[in-house]
Amino acid sequence: MIDREQVLHVARLARLRLSDDEVEQMTGELSSILEHIEKISALDLDGVEPTSHVVELENVLRPDEPRPSLPRERALEQAPDTDGSGFRVPSPGA
Amino acid sequence: MSAELLKLTAAGAAERVRAGEVSCGELFEAWRERAGADELNAYLWRADGPPAEQPAADSPLGAVPLAVKDLFCTEGVPSAAGSRILEGYRPPYTATAVQRLASAGAPLLGKTNMDEFAMGSSNENSGYGPVKNPWDPSRVPGGSSGGSAAAVAAGLAPWAIGTDTGGSIRQPAALCGVVGLKPTYGAVSRCGMIAFASSLDQAGPLTRDVTDAALLLRHMVGADPCDSTSTGLPEEVRLPSAESLEGLRFGVPPELTGAGIEPGVREVFEATLARIEELGGSVQEVALPHSDQAISAYYLIAPAEASANLARFDGVRYGVRKGGGDLRSLYEETREAGFGPEVKRRIMLGTYALSSGYYDAYYGRAQQVRTKIADDFRAAFETVDLIATPTTPTVAFALGEKTDDPLAMYLNDFCTVPMPLAGIPAISIPGGLSEGLPVGFQLAGPAFSENRILDAAHALELSIGFDGSAGRV
Repeated sequence: MIDREQVLHVARLARLRLSDDEVEQMTGELSSILEHIEKISALDLDGVEPTSHVVELENVLRPDEPRPSLPRERALEQAPDTDGSGFRVPSPGA
Repeated sequence: MSAELLKLTAAGAAERVRAGEVSCGELFEAWRERAGADELNAYLWRADGPPAEQPAADSPLGAVPLAVKDLFCTEGVPSAAGSRILEGYRPPYTATAVQRLASAGAPLLGKTNMDEFAMGSSNENSGYGPVKNPWDPSRVPGGSSGGSAAAVAAGLAPWAIGTDTGGSIRQPAALCGVVGLKPTYGAVSRCGMIAFASSLDQAGPLTRDVTDAALLLRHMVGADPCDSTSTGLPEEVRLPSAESLEGLRFGVPPELTGAGIEPGVREVFEATLARIEELGGSVQEVALPHSDQAISAYYLIAPAEASANLARFDGVRYGVRKGGGDLRSLYEETREAGFGPEVKRRIMLGTYALSSGYYDAYYGRAQQVRTKIADDFRAAFETVDLIATPTTPTVAFALGEKTDDPLAMYLNDFCTVPMPLAGIPAISIPGGLSEGLPVGFQLAGPAFSENRILDAAHALELSIGFDGSAGRV
């Protein structure tokens, strides 16, 4: 199943901050979900190709022609913080 | 005049508009006023006036206004996918499906409530409060397109669109007593749909009857350069006219129709099978041996894809931002405050399934199971034309009944999850009532068999004669 340490590790990977209560609840809930899901480990799947996608399409291409993109001011319109030319964020190293 | 207008199906209203008996503006205003009386929490946003550009009276969709699930981007109009993390977000463009329908003459009436990021089967995971079922407001409308289903069932919208990843169109359609169609994967462009699980998500109609579903679908489908997985349909969607099921072979898989189906639902299902035979169709058993693994595969694949798709909600480009200090705290505090419990749970599950050391055992195996499920359907469709099952194992359950047990909620989806894993189309139509609540009847067909499904559903609908007016509060 999944223990508290693993939950904290996965939360960190997913950039989720969980309260102590949430960690405890998540540990129990994920364990019971995974216990059910683990039924698939009993199947014999040797040699079965995985299906990542149901549509049989490959390399859908379009002509490599320049065309206008979303104007910068439109792209920035919904941003929580901007300096007018880009998205403003705290320094990753701060 | 307007009360009578609201009783018409969308196709019926479109005819009135085309005949010049009612103007586009009058029709829009009548529906806008009706939508304003929503007491079910079905809408998150409603148009405050007629559209800037009135559709032409002779447009294919006859100016009949459309309710749109909140996860479709609509330019300048709030599109939050039911999540607090996107509260107030007004996209700079409109989803292709919504744009196509508007161009065909279905203007935007409102945005409908939904489970946050389409994750849920009851609408209780909305960041904006649950939707109530119009047949009994103490019960859930289903999910995740619960607002769209409830709006159509209650007569708060003439028709609506939603999305289906593991049943999110068909299940609420069943619980609210309306028609819901999940098309073949790729039939409708996903461009502008806020993504949940990209290899499964597909948009489709929720309507009062099968003809309305066909009409909306006809104008939603088509390949789109903005979605490289979109293919459209090989033939035009026809308005169904079939009254007989002569020559059609229906397969009933014991795996999806046996254990777990409550007696009242089974009764309606069996009565509908008897009806199929009366209408000239044949019914035979067909095996889908890997169906019992579908829930496991689905609850690995969908959360895995969701965990990647939802990484974009980080408080940088759109939506809500919380915290500060350093960049990691900004990400974590934004996501902590913006996501609800079910979304966090699925991100955790998906991240775990994709994480180093577990990938092969979980995600890899789930994709192999997906192959087996698609093979099961392929084999079944060599001997039958359509597969029939109940849409849901129970009628609408009480608000709050399953919220403490996420696994129980997931297991409830077993009749609807296999089809999107195989990419095939399926419809839910009202089959009858049990305990005074609607019961859905599901028909699935091979990829691109939408016309066959719609014809069969139409013949059955005529024979069943379901009266949805009791739900129109």
